[in-house]
Amino acid sequence: MEVLKIATAGSVDDGKSTLIGRLLYDTKSMTDDKLEAIERTSKQKGYDYLDFSLATDGLVAEREQGITIDVAHIYFSTPSKSYIIADTPGHVEYTRNMVTGASTSQASIILIDARKGVIEQTHRHFFINNLLRVKDVIVAINKMDLVDFSEETYNKIKADFSELMGKRDYQDQNITFIPVSALKGDNVVNRSEHTPWYQGQTLLEHLEELDQKDIYNTGTPRFPVQYVIRPKTEEFHDFRGFAGKVYGGELNVGDEVVVLPSMTRSKIKAIYFYDKQYQTAPRRSSVTITLEDEVNVSRGDMLVKAGDLPTVDKQLTATVSWMDSDNFTPGGKYVLQHGVNKVLAKVDAIEHKIHPDYSGIEENVTSLQMNDIAKVRLKLNKPIFYDRFKDHRTNGSFIIIDSRTNNTAGVGFIE
Amino acid sequence: MSTLTEEIKKPETLNGVERPNANALEHEAIYIIREVAAQFEKPVLLFSGGKDSITLVRLAQKAFWPAKIPFPLMHIDTGHNFPETIEFRDRLVEELGVELIVRNVQDSIDEGKVVEETGKYASRNMLQTTTLLDAIEEFKFDACIGGARRDEEKARAKERIFSVRDDFGQWDEKNQRPELFDMLNGEIEIGQNVRVFPISNWTELDVWSYIQKENIEIPSIYFAHKRSTFLRDGLIWSAEDDVVFRADDEQVEERMVRFRTVGDMSCTAAVESHADTIDKVVAEIRDSRISERGARIDDKRSEAAMEKRKQQGYF
Repeated sequence: MEVLKIATAGSVDDGKSTLIGRLLYDTKSMTDDKLEAIERTSKQKGYDYLDFSLATDGLVAEREQGITIDVAHIYFSTPSKSYIIADTPGHVEYTRNMVTGASTSQASIILIDARKGVIEQTHRHFFINNLLRVKDVIVAINKMDLVDFSEETYNKIKADFSELMGKRDYQDQNITFIPVSALKGDNVVNRSEHTPWYQGQTLLEHLEELDQKDIYNTGTPRFPVQYVIRPKTEEFHDFRGFAGKVYGGELNVGDEVVVLPSMTRSKIKAIYFYDKQYQTAPRRSSVTITLEDEVNVSRGDMLVKAGDLPTVDKQLTATVSWMDSDNFTPGGKYVLQHGVNKVLAKVDAIEHKIHPDYSGIEENVTSLQMNDIAKVRLKLNKPIFYDRFKDHRTNGSFIIIDSRTNNTAGVGFIE
Repeated sequence: MSTLTEEIKKPETLNGVERPNANALEHEAIYIIREVAAQFEKPVLLFSGGKDSITLVRLAQKAFWPAKIPFPLMHIDTGHNFPETIEFRDRLVEELGVELIVRNVQDSIDEGKVVEETGKYASRNMLQTTTLLDAIEEFKFDACIGGARRDEEKARAKERIFSVRDDFGQWDEKNQRPELFDMLNGEIEIGQNVRVFPISNWTELDVWSYIQKENIEIPSIYFAHKRSTFLRDGLIWSAEDDVVFRADDEQVEERMVRFRTVGDMSCTAAVESHADTIDKVVAEIRDSRISERGARIDDKRSEAAMEKRKQQGYF
């Protein structure tokens, strides 16, 4: 079955949890015991509707404060697809969670309260989804029941949002507008009788019909080696298999490959998945590859097709989203993790901060705080083998680890 | 030789479109397990004999074939296991030729480190945590692979794939490392360890479908069988096992039941079922209106039961 990961973004009270609850409820994915628990708690709290946020706000602190703090994962399925929703909080201070949720998602839902229209938070949500190059974005204009399902309101919001779209960097992003009422269930799973002027699909219909080519950015094949398999048994005495996941494109037996960083050339001899051999390793498959020649390959090396080399460099420019409570400073000691490869990194310069609400840039910045986004130049102690993020989502991104705390402190998108 | 794409989902290469295969969850899990072997010095796979850890074992076999699984399995034995589970465990380990470490909750009780709960709802589920943390310290494990899934429970839905625990085994839920793209940060300090959850993104149905497709053997209590049982709080309890407390006025009756989880017997209730084959079990799960942990009394103690246990070092 296909698996589709979706991130949600919306401000406090835009009805994100209600929308997710509605999807679960109308696809009959919520089990009776969970539903009863929600009914019971909603009643205790004196609500006259079902508070679906109780199903997703898994932490005590979240339920106490009535807000979502951390990314939660929600699962549901239809006969044709399995869905994973990364429910990310919408507050300004939790930008890092939105970036995190969007990084593993192929589609994204941005919620707008029909009464409030496009607000500063919407700019932020769109900016991040565009920065992360999420291929399919759905703008769900929610609470349509509170504006009498007005076509005019819907069109106004659509026009405002389209203005925003003019500012985006990643133009190939698919954007779809849907008028919904999560609370009442209009156009979420079932078609609404209240929006005869809307001819488009419901939210679920749209998700169901998303084709893989609509949601994946493709590139050239990259095979970062995770682990070298040497069984040293009698039967597999000389077996040296390179285990890893294929990114970007597929690899085939017989392909001429180059091993980075040694630049040694060889050919793919065999592709294994468990105890069977295959002709092709499709993208996103975790396989084991053997080569024709005895080549020295270890973890962190990369196999690429000959004639299709990435950039090999010790310097890079990237847009960084900072996620740690300790500031990012030019004097800091950082480890850069690029795929499975780790190198030491020094901050060469912070070129400028980018306001994630499309209000421009800020120069002469000396450090970055949590939730800041900036263009930076980094120097590495060893070269890495990268592509530009716009060409390769996986091989064009890295994380920054603070070597004092070992925390994942930031993420970067290479230019 | 066939193509891997063909093997997993036929139409994918026919139109020449690049697509992830149908088993994206399997490839993700194998990637995670390989990261553990590569990033840590002393990993261990926590094995309970339940379907989730059995699935993990198969995934680990696939990750390293033709080499053996490069880490041991460890079972924290509550002493309240279904006997069928233990028999199954020992057979599997022998087949795999991997090392099995067993540490007993009973020893922690005998050493006075924990006190056995008493009363109607007494269970050893909470006590496991101490035994687990002691074993991690004893063997200096730096990564423990477990079969927890995010769909099981809402505190687990907040869990990372690489979840860092401090010296005391505690989970700091408000200060978790972000996980971006496929990159897993396994950097830790001495004394810390990482709990790793390769099947985080699987649902109960995904696990069952995988067991069906892969034809994986599982303990017999997962299938419908006749059992002496009694009712309490609307749940069905085994009357065949001494560790399950039963009051004199709780009537024993024979029922066709199976277990959806195989935790500590004293807190794991059965469900009425006629699903005696894997195909019937998959069909039953698909139509089920009750969640898997609906029959786990340990979660019903409070809305935050799982979060509290996790903070203390529980899996």
